[in-house]
Amino acid sequence: MNAVEARLDRIRGRVAPKSHNARTIAALTSNPGCARRAVMDAAGVDKQRLASYVGFPARFGQSQFAIGRGNAFESQVKANGCAELLRLLREQLALAIPEVSYDNLDDVGGNTSLPVRHARTRALLARAASSAEDAGTLFDHPLLRLEVGGRPVYLEPDLIAFQLRGSFHVVEIKSFPVIDGQADGDKVAAAVIQSAVYVHALRGLLTEIGIGQHAVSDTVVLVCPENFANRPTAALLDVRRQLTVLRRQLARLDRIEALLDVLPDGLTFDLEPDAGGVPRRAPAAVADAIGLVEARYAPECLASCEMCFFCRAEARGRTVSLGRDVHDELGAVDEVSIVLGLADGAAEPSVEQAEAAEMLRAAARLRRECLGDVA
Amino acid sequence: MSTVVALARAEAVSRGVAQPISTVRHLHIAGRPLVLVALTLAGEANAPLAAMVGDAPESGHLLVVNQPRNRDQRFAFAAELAHIVVGYIESFQADAGMVRAGGRGEERRRFTDAPQLFVPNPATAGFVRLLGRSTRFRRPTGEYAVDPAVPVLGRWLTFLAERTEVPGSCLLLAATQALALHWATGQSAVEDLNLAALMGWIDPPAGLTGEQAALAAEDPVTWPPAGPATDPTFDNEVLAPLITACSRPHRSPERQQVAVINLRNALRDQLTPTWKLMWRAIDLLRALPAGARVAGRWDSDKDAFTGYSEHLRDGGPPQPRRDSAVAAASRLNSLERTQASYAAQRAFDDPLVLAQYRLTGEAFGGVVTAAEPDRVDATGKRRKLRPLITVLTHDPFRIDQGTAVISPARPGQSARVVSVSGEAAAASVVLELAGGMGRALTAAPGSVPAIGERISYTTLTDSYQPRGSFPDRADTPWTHGGPPPVYVPTQDDVTEDWS
Repeated sequence: MNAVEARLDRIRGRVAPKSHNARTIAALTSNPGCARRAVMDAAGVDKQRLASYVGFPARFGQSQFAIGRGNAFESQVKANGCAELLRLLREQLALAIPEVSYDNLDDVGGNTSLPVRHARTRALLARAASSAEDAGTLFDHPLLRLEVGGRPVYLEPDLIAFQLRGSFHVVEIKSFPVIDGQADGDKVAAAVIQSAVYVHALRGLLTEIGIGQHAVSDTVVLVCPENFANRPTAALLDVRRQLTVLRRQLARLDRIEALLDVLPDGLTFDLEPDAGGVPRRAPAAVADAIGLVEARYAPECLASCEMCFFCRAEARGRTVSLGRDVHDELGAVDEVSIVLGLADGAAEPSVEQAEAAEMLRAAARLRRECLGDVA
Repeated sequence: MSTVVALARAEAVSRGVAQPISTVRHLHIAGRPLVLVALTLAGEANAPLAAMVGDAPESGHLLVVNQPRNRDQRFAFAAELAHIVVGYIESFQADAGMVRAGGRGEERRRFTDAPQLFVPNPATAGFVRLLGRSTRFRRPTGEYAVDPAVPVLGRWLTFLAERTEVPGSCLLLAATQALALHWATGQSAVEDLNLAALMGWIDPPAGLTGEQAALAAEDPVTWPPAGPATDPTFDNEVLAPLITACSRPHRSPERQQVAVINLRNALRDQLTPTWKLMWRAIDLLRALPAGARVAGRWDSDKDAFTGYSEHLRDGGPPQPRRDSAVAAASRLNSLERTQASYAAQRAFDDPLVLAQYRLTGEAFGGVVTAAEPDRVDATGKRRKLRPLITVLTHDPFRIDQGTAVISPARPGQSARVVSVSGEAAAASVVLELAGGMGRALTAAPGSVPAIGERISYTTLTDSYQPRGSFPDRADTPWTHGGPPPVYVPTQDDVTEDWS
């Protein structure tokens, strides 16, 4: 174990690291400037538990109805050796896919251990990639591995990879509907970034066995229910842009050392559990420790990060908590109190605030003029 | 977002309550709006679960789908909703009058009032659109026959949802957007999408600050989500067991009835807090004085309502799944023209909206310091009355010489910037006026701004803009796919799965 890993272990405390999945890795790209999030994710901190412990539980529950529908749709698409999926690929996307076989990599002869499944995935993909013709195999639940912050993470995607004209394609199955050719933009964006994680991991795996990046296509297949029915439909999506963002953010986590350097040596989020596992550390002390790592809160965090309510409370009184656009319109002045001080002339602007101050004073004058004494 | 509005958000933070960002109401609030709060089943494509709908606070009808995955029950829900919504809409088709259309003394029919559907948030407006899409192609006869009101509901909901794209239209309003147009809270726009939190900032209960009220409103136990998405914890802990109980086979009718009542009660409890909030929101909006041009925009809504009523009466087809190229281009052109006109009208109606333009240099306001009301321009063939006035403004002045501007106080009079002198923070602007002063060579009394009068001018105009010219459908160029096939409703549309 090297020094960085030891340091991250100490920060996390006496619990096993929280494992990542494609969704959590995809979330890394949503606020790349946040050091708090980067350190916690690199250390494998259970953010949900930590946030609850300090009194700010996040609400990212999933309805059992949504989970049930998602599973039902996936098994429908994959039923009978992916018959439905093949029909889509051939008919809708006009891909010339020959007779295929189907390999489920859920287990290896009943063995479900992650390293064994990963080794098997590697072997099968290597064989497929090195064979001259299209091997014609659909791989279900391949177990991929990715380095996040210098730590190996297993990814168990609900996907199928297939090979066509010498390159692998990733298929992502989602249960949100495509109605008259249109789907919810946020959901599509989330699916695309998750697919990019798989493409990246698949490329990593093939690189390890000496096969170039081009062997995995940067176009993925998205399968969704069409209109209001359960019948699936498919679309091709380009994930190049998301791959770039993802690579940059993962590289940043690999350079976590720089972020750790500025943190105090003894920093830890350990909850000091007793012999029975009951935490004994004062929540206020844990909150103080979290506060030592700088966060970059924005309202968008509310949709993606388990620490959001903690960070929001911490960012109280700061203009960025009103939204990045508001922050910018206020001349990028950080504190609400300073904004108001500059606006009513009570605060003396610094050199870089001069222009913002002029704008704020004008805005305040206009508001007073229009609202009379109300404001 | 402008600095004027952003500053209002900062003020809201420090004062602990939402701050006004308008001095008048920019929306028409109907005398009898129809409020709809809806919930859908998580994971499904717009599968209705429950709704509360009605045109008065005390007459909310509760509609519940006991088994949301059951197709027949979905259509039963759609039929029940259809009778309420279509009945409400048709109640506005009783009274019509004739209004002038165009300049040549032509007249057209217009209903004297129009329906207004009020929903909590944009997501519910999306629910309305998709419910319209899933019901408008159905038929009351043949295989898969549905209640005759269902396809009519679908067409009306589609009509209302499409109207929301028209800037300033008030036939379908989302409460969060309507409120956010008039108040700035001390939280972000993302958080403003929560109706309970937004109302907490605008009208906090006694003893709480807006921030405290908004924080309390985020607890889904006391403030269930305003829909259409439900709270996942409610789904897992309350809803799932109740739905299972309702669909348990082979049981006594009494126990079945108890299960259904339990489910209805649970869903009523989820909907009622939002239902009450909606009527409070309507009251808050009603209390604001309406802007001068709101009635004119509502007239356009009435025209649209009248037009679609006639389309339905004449047996017109349902709206197509997708617009053709020509229809889409023409629609976009019309929306753009409406957008420009709506922005100008809001600024004309409301000095606080105009303030945003004053800050960016598209308008300025100040005091008249000099006036030559009887100045005559004798350089041309005919002598013309062209008064000059000088306005001293402290606004950042960025309008070029020669530019035409208009004062919201005197929309019939045009002004041209002749010269600007003085410094940036106190500019003296000389304007030449034309029009709106009577026919004589001396200005009618009061028609020229007098010394000491406060006045503002803007480059925005609400004048007529000609519509773009587009080819006929039949002449759609090949770049746009050529002439589209004529839409014929198909059996596929009618029998489309809704599962």
